[in-house]
Amino acid sequence: MSTIATTRPVFPFAAVVGQDEAKLALLIAAVDSSVGGVLIFGDRGTGKSTAVRGLAALLPRMRAIEGCRYACDPARRSTWCPDCLAAHGPMPPKTTMLPVPVVDLPLGATEDRVVGALDLEKALAQGVKAFEPGLLARANRGFLYIDEANLLEDHLVDLLLDVAASGENVVEREGLSIRHPARFVLIGSGNPEEGELRPQLLDRFGLSVEVSTPGDLPTRIEVVRRRDAFERDPVGFEASWKKSSDRLRRSIAAARGRLNDIVVPDAALERAATLCIRLGTDGLRGELTLIRAARAVAALDGEAAVGDAQLRRIAQPALRHRLRRNPLDEASGGTRVARAVDEVFAA
Amino acid sequence: MGRRYSADPKQVRIYHEAGGRPHDRRERDRPTVTGMTEPDGWSDAALAGALFAIDPAGLGGVSLRGGAGPVRDRWLALLRGALTAEAPWRRVPHNIGDDGLLGGLDLPATLRAGRPIAQRGVLTAADGGVVLLAMAERVSAMTVARLAASLDEGVVALERDGLALRLPARFGVVALDEGLAEDERPPAALLDRLAFHVDLGLVDPRMGDTLSVDGAAIAAARARLAAIRVEPEIVDAVCATAMALGIASLRAPILALRAATAIAALDGRPAVTAADAATAARLVLAPRATRLPEAAQPEQTDPEPAEPDAGPENEQQDDQQPNLDQPLADIVLEAARAALPPDVLARLLSTGAPQRVRSTGKAGAVQRSLRRGRPIGVAQGELRMGARLHLVETLKAAAPWQKLRHIERAGASQPPETPRVETRRVEVRRGDFRIQRFRHRSQTLTIFVVDASGSSALNRLAEAKGAVELLLADCYVRRDKVALVAFRGKGADLLLPPTNALARAKRCLAGLPGGGGTPIAAGLDAAALLADAARRAGMTPIVTLLTDGRANVAADGSFDRARAEADAIAAARRIRAAGHAALLIDTAPRPDERTSRLGAELGARYLKLPRADAAGLAAMIQETARASAPASSPRAAA
Repeated sequence: MSTIATTRPVFPFAAVVGQDEAKLALLIAAVDSSVGGVLIFGDRGTGKSTAVRGLAALLPRMRAIEGCRYACDPARRSTWCPDCLAAHGPMPPKTTMLPVPVVDLPLGATEDRVVGALDLEKALAQGVKAFEPGLLARANRGFLYIDEANLLEDHLVDLLLDVAASGENVVEREGLSIRHPARFVLIGSGNPEEGELRPQLLDRFGLSVEVSTPGDLPTRIEVVRRRDAFERDPVGFEASWKKSSDRLRRSIAAARGRLNDIVVPDAALERAATLCIRLGTDGLRGELTLIRAARAVAALDGEAAVGDAQLRRIAQPALRHRLRRNPLDEASGGTRVARAVDEVFAA
Repeated sequence: MGRRYSADPKQVRIYHEAGGRPHDRRERDRPTVTGMTEPDGWSDAALAGALFAIDPAGLGGVSLRGGAGPVRDRWLALLRGALTAEAPWRRVPHNIGDDGLLGGLDLPATLRAGRPIAQRGVLTAADGGVVLLAMAERVSAMTVARLAASLDEGVVALERDGLALRLPARFGVVALDEGLAEDERPPAALLDRLAFHVDLGLVDPRMGDTLSVDGAAIAAARARLAAIRVEPEIVDAVCATAMALGIASLRAPILALRAATAIAALDGRPAVTAADAATAARLVLAPRATRLPEAAQPEQTDPEPAEPDAGPENEQQDDQQPNLDQPLADIVLEAARAALPPDVLARLLSTGAPQRVRSTGKAGAVQRSLRRGRPIGVAQGELRMGARLHLVETLKAAAPWQKLRHIERAGASQPPETPRVETRRVEVRRGDFRIQRFRHRSQTLTIFVVDASGSSALNRLAEAKGAVELLLADCYVRRDKVALVAFRGKGADLLLPPTNALARAKRCLAGLPGGGGTPIAAGLDAAALLADAARRAGMTPIVTLLTDGRANVAADGSFDRARAEADAIAAARRIRAAGHAALLIDTAPRPDERTSRLGAELGARYLKLPRADAAGLAAMIQETARASAPASSPRAAA
């Protein structure tokens, strides 16, 4: 509408030092969006948002129906928006390649911009009732990122949960009645010192990652050096990491291709079930996420089947937030999972 | 001025001017630094200002601790003079709303133009300049999160009122911290992003002259900034120093390096020297120290000599092994250590455990600005008393009908005496009114006042802790805030200021030692202070006292059972008179009427610990909360 700040080059995902668990969780979400969202909680100044923003530049482009405001997937008619269904008959629609959206939900966003609302300009100038899609529409088939998720207004959280669960955004306001697909992977980050996340929101994330400031000097120095190098010459820095970034991008694409061929042997299912029973997680979502995430890890690793190694790697982020909570037991989730993993996998 | 900034004074040109009008303010009652004046206080403050002016957005900002007064005015004048004349200089009140901060729809302009016109918020208006954050110690976590997002990204992402914009917002923040108490500080999320934490309390307010900085020198330094080199050894030394001082955040060494770069630029050097890094460490790292360096680096005292000067060229990305023991790190560390604020030093020496900075602002703004309730959306409604019209939504409701209404109006106004309606004017009718709805639930602050005295410890401190944990779990469900006061020996300590982080409360409690006298009066007085503050911030405080009721230390700390009991009762009466809700949990093995009498004076519900099972306690505290929430009547306009 008016000036748009030029987008600065982003710090490359591949250049993020350490934070292995967070990076793995984001890659899993990039490979298999059905794993559910990723929650990254941790100390100040650990570069939580750096990793997320870096992911955007890493994702392979996606094919979308040309001109569709929701970037509908031409291959999956069942997920099309009403506009596409109406416009395209049995003939395959024209398509275009688009970057996968990684949409920031900034603090202070108002509800009308999140869900979409009446296009004020058209309404005022032409008296036309038109729908202006919001952030949920823009995030369709991509990622919705909330930094400081624990500071988001409650009514927006409710709204997001509802849409994230149904994959559809229903707008009933200002005489508009619109529904459109809104399938996205929710990524939240925050600092636990600013307050805990509402338990309802916590459950909705597939993977929960805890990050902390690196404690050893060499790692800390490397973080600062890379940051400094990036700030002095963002373009040059990006270029110097291009090879690693390309390699990572290719491995995401390859893992996606392999995903459906990964075998999940009964033994792995049993391991997952035993682990969840041992931990007393509620419902089946834990097991499902554990298996799906392990499958994505196997795909990334180039393995043919899910084995103990993958389950072990992903058990903590998949389960630590699903334990029956003792609200006063801080961070004990991870320790409990680690203990259970050791017991189950030793057997 | 032992370890002085080594800049050539001719180049820095911090010079003295004839003093301005002498301020006849009363002497500031600051804590005196053992009687001596601190010449370093002002010169460091001035240097921080000059460096900040060179690179406001890169250095993030300055936290300026100290009340309004001549020293602060002088510092701000110095900064203003060092910035370019056209650099924006915007003041942000601590309770600013999103419209003001981020921007939104400019309604008058939108209505005039008949199309959406955006209004800039303060943050975008401050692009290229400085944001002055008033009363930063009271700023809400919400405001800080928005500031932080812009500081990190250099833009304001506006998704409001039908507008979707990314506007440049590269600014630095001057956080005016007027906090008095140790824990009254700007939120940690903000401090973490500001390079300099300047304490004006260390500056002698009777300074004769005004110091000023040459704007031209600053401008020249600004132009040189991008070309200044930083050798990897400097990076290593600054990182090692930050770690030795126990600074967890990685933003600190990054900011220190930027400060060092600005120092080199100011002095016209092509690269950052060890002295620059040392000065930067003194200014940026020392105020953040959480521990004394000696304890932190026994492993770094390896006497293995390192190559003192590895050229920049042979520094590869893979070459990650920094020289931990080179003398450079020592120089930088020494500079930082020498500048550790005296109170930090004392605190570290006495306890070894630093007090953590509160992570959110002093209860205030969030509660105050949102005190009218949690917005739960907008609905059609009447403009009755107190209802808040949501202008944008109202406009949207009216918008689709404009064409129709204009035609209708034109048709109705056939008689020519009616003046012609301008077609651009938006016609809003009663049915268009949209009202902001709020759900008002006053937040409850449960203040636990725990008796950690010897008698209590003997009796059942452990069980009392267990009872508090039960209550904490209940607070978690309702998302209440909690605070923790413990009393023993001669007085009471605020172990945990009001917080949502219940796990921290539990940790605090678990580490609570028992022993000593029973100064109930001190405990209650501390709780009363907290409760008053909470009520001012719009919360509903509940004082929950856990004691065995055997007061034996009077309010003044003397050991006198009779006076102690009288003082306790007086303190209890004050709480009751203030109208704070209270709950007393008697932890004595054989509860006697002394404790129940104290409960009565407190106006508290009284509960004996043996009965205090989870359900009973929870029900009790909820009942107490309900009975005592005068301001929490649900208010949903519309």
